[in-house]
Amino acid sequence: MINYDLVVVGGGPAGMAAALKAKEEGVRKIIILERAETLGGILEQCIHTGFGLHYFGEELSGPEYAEKFIVQVNNAEIDVKCDTMVLAISEDNIVTAVNKNDGLIKIQAKAIVLAMGCRERPRGALEMAGTRASGIMTAGTAQKYVNLDGYMPGKKVVILGSGDIGLIMARRMTLEGAEVKVVCEIMPYSGGLTRNIVQCLDDFGIPLRLSTTVIETHGKERLEGVTIAKVDERLQPIPGTEEYIECDTLMLSVGLIPENELTKNVGIALDRVTNGAVVDEMRQTDHKGVFACGNVLHVHDLVDYVTLESQLAGKGAAEYILGKAPESVVYVSPETGNGVRYIVPQKINIKNPNDVKLYFRVGKIYKNAKVVLECDGKVLSSKKKVKLAPGEMEDVTVTADVLASMNENSKITVRVEE
Amino acid sequence: MIYDVAIIGAGVIGSLTARELSRFKLKTALLEAANDVAMGATKANSGIVHAGFDAVPGTLKAKFNVKGASMMADYCKQLSVPYKNNGSLVVAFSEEEKETLDELYNRGIANGVEELRIIDREELVSLEPNISDEAVAALVAPTAGIVCPYELTIAAAENAVSNGVQFIRNCRVTAIRFKEGVFSLETAQGMIEAKYVVNAAGVHSDEIAKMVGDNSFDIIPRAGEYFILDKSVGNLVSHTIFQCPSKLGKGVLVTGTVDGNLLIGPTASDIEDKDNKATTLAGLNDVKKLASKSCKNVSARNAITSFTGVRARATTDDFIIGPIESNAQFINAAGIESPGLSSAPAIAVYLAHIICEALGEVEVNESFNGVRRDVFRFRHATDEEKAAAIEKDPAYGRIVCRCETITEGEIIDAIRAPAGARDVDGVKRRTRAGMGRCQGGFCGSKVVEILARELGKDINEITKFGNGSVILFDKTK
Amino acid sequence: MKKELTCVACPLGCQITVEYEGEEVFSVTGNTCKRGDAYARTEIVNPTRSLATTIKVINGVHPVVPVKSNKPVPKNRIFDCMKVINETSVNAPVKIGQVLISDILGTGADIVATNND
Repeated sequence: MINYDLVVVGGGPAGMAAALKAKEEGVRKIIILERAETLGGILEQCIHTGFGLHYFGEELSGPEYAEKFIVQVNNAEIDVKCDTMVLAISEDNIVTAVNKNDGLIKIQAKAIVLAMGCRERPRGALEMAGTRASGIMTAGTAQKYVNLDGYMPGKKVVILGSGDIGLIMARRMTLEGAEVKVVCEIMPYSGGLTRNIVQCLDDFGIPLRLSTTVIETHGKERLEGVTIAKVDERLQPIPGTEEYIECDTLMLSVGLIPENELTKNVGIALDRVTNGAVVDEMRQTDHKGVFACGNVLHVHDLVDYVTLESQLAGKGAAEYILGKAPESVVYVSPETGNGVRYIVPQKINIKNPNDVKLYFRVGKIYKNAKVVLECDGKVLSSKKKVKLAPGEMEDVTVTADVLASMNENSKITVRVEE
Repeated sequence: MIYDVAIIGAGVIGSLTARELSRFKLKTALLEAANDVAMGATKANSGIVHAGFDAVPGTLKAKFNVKGASMMADYCKQLSVPYKNNGSLVVAFSEEEKETLDELYNRGIANGVEELRIIDREELVSLEPNISDEAVAALVAPTAGIVCPYELTIAAAENAVSNGVQFIRNCRVTAIRFKEGVFSLETAQGMIEAKYVVNAAGVHSDEIAKMVGDNSFDIIPRAGEYFILDKSVGNLVSHTIFQCPSKLGKGVLVTGTVDGNLLIGPTASDIEDKDNKATTLAGLNDVKKLASKSCKNVSARNAITSFTGVRARATTDDFIIGPIESNAQFINAAGIESPGLSSAPAIAVYLAHIICEALGEVEVNESFNGVRRDVFRFRHATDEEKAAAIEKDPAYGRIVCRCETITEGEIIDAIRAPAGARDVDGVKRRTRAGMGRCQGGFCGSKVVEILARELGKDINEITKFGNGSVILFDKTK
Repeated sequence: MKKELTCVACPLGCQITVEYEGEEVFSVTGNTCKRGDAYARTEIVNPTRSLATTIKVINGVHPVVPVKSNKPVPKNRIFDCMKVINETSVNAPVKIGQVLISDILGTGADIVATNND
């Protein structure tokens, strides 16, 4: 058994930011366990730019954003084990991990930060008929093939799902000489950032077909084509709207799912909407000393927000380890009002002396709406928004003085007013 | 070289037969049109070891089913393939259907099925709490079981090769000539000569038979569509739940699998193209609808994947097993639809027996070892076993498939094994890498890399399942 | 003339309205920062995009290394730039920030490595 103050599971942007913050706050022995061969997580294959505008004020590519943190981690006396997979976390915070060099290792941790990221929703979870030809892959897999391995995974491409990875890959494949025939989106709106629709699709004349899905794949060996169809309000294909599109590749960008198998096995409560752990304002789960941040907690659209959130988790873990966490705990759970799908954190300790930012997503597109924060029937803030979209995370702040005025029966709500 | 026996088709019948023949000093070739074993009906069926009450007494199906099912547990043990004796239930949803249960019961008795009994709703609910509210009674067959059909086949082929059988893949037979007591098989891998031919070509067995002038049957391919549901609902039922066969069809089954998932299906629709393994929206909808008739809480929302299997149903409506009329050296093992998997061990023993009889004095292969190599499964090992394995080979310390916890070492083993994996799906069937929740999203590209490295190929030469199923095209730069 | 644009300067994606005649811009509204104003003006006069792709590496850990243009290049020259980049290869080691192609096609933009290899 090895002992560490803090074990960080995952060396992507979330894990690195949490570890660095904890170090800065005075935690001595920290180790990051990363399953890939290098630190950086998914950023390593996200070679497009647009990262870091909020956090660094410059437009970086994924690897550049990651590199800034990797350099800091390397200089900060934080231990790192790559190519290392965490198999289990026990009730009393013993982390079991495995790798080629050390074999099976057990680490007793005072605190743990979960930063395992998310995975892409696969085809099987979709109701799509047809063959099992090759050439059907998630957009992220295709991204790895093109950007890291240097191979073309397709020449004539249809993309299902207009999430950001799908949009980014539409442009990437086009730049490398592939023909992206269409991006289909089953919802009546895109799940991606507006700027990505503009510069990844519009710039290259790639059509985006909303309320449209792929219902069937064709081809016995390599994919030869897909049938797409319009869907009704219940997202069911409308007979008579089928259209055959010849293609050798179908890329799926149909959602991301936080990877919470470890979390579940520890018995940590999960939020049914986010598929991530239920956490407080410092991102502590209901298992003492276990924190979660980044895409394993809820899927983010901007890595900058991942960094900020993970610093909170790192700070929370440090306070926990160093015995600086507020002694008295009174939790209040912010409620999702009209139009709000979820809020992170799911609970706030009102004894916490700082402002608390509530991050949330809306369920549909709103134009010229108001985001209203309400406490015990009193409107605390009402912010006008030109546009609210499910693909773009929003936030609203509960100030420290408001928290101080609350009691355990206080009700706090975030809602959208049209 | 002239082989003593050439087996056409490395499905469950061909592979088990090859293994049976390897008990003797014979030169046996196992020829497979695809890039791997178990690529036809064997790959995609219900995986049920039927008790044997379904087949009409006196048919070959009845004869081989009961015998084969009784051999299965032992076979699986030798080949280290998971087998579970979970028992089956045929559920009646009306008084009328109760009569069908009696009929099946009597048939079972005539076929020699043991331990059969009919239970009322109360007992049924105590056995299966999630059974539908409409269920009124059931026929219990405690001897029924479940097995993974392709794992059984992979293990059998592997063991056959270990015992001297020659496995030749990508070897589609296109013509057969017979001259001076020897068959010449024209194949995609050149001419292959053999004294005896076993036709175990599944849906294509009628075409193979016609090559030697046997026009006695045709195969009418019949597709069956299935859903595989997540392990979180794998315990919804403990038995295999059948519906009462009726004029409308056999219904669909709901069953756990040996891997802990839940399987629902199949549909039954005759199709034109034998190699059409596409699922259809209508078919998948039928599966969902029909499965919820048996059990409460069966939801396709938990589906992790769907697939279609094509059954090799013969026009004679029974198995076709034995030498053809015009040539005693050409032996059919055709029309092997359900209960083909259950019957397979018995059919294999029978085929080996008649070939040895015909050949006359056949020497026993003294070095035959029916026990398959030790297959290390990281996810099933204890912490001590894991540590020891990594010490022996660090590749067992590298997790490639996160969802199913499959190590690089296991993938390398699967590739290097006799009749080993040559493509991504082959690795998946042997190790479960890519079979979990993410369906290969993370590990797919790593498996491609490992295959390329082990096979000495470039990664864009690696396929999903052979032939034209390429994954990558040219380099970007 | 009036044109509705979605700003791509940052992920906020502000809806901007530009009033212009030929290359003369009269007003920019709807933007929430200076970058938005600048984006809208360039978009009318000379639309540019930053380019991110990969370049072939010889003897590197990976076969390719990611690169980007250190400033935006004219939108209508993107594919010409890709052609130049695809014909270029560099020897390992490559350092992050290293200029691999300077002043590509006279656009004033350098193609720089965005990772080490």
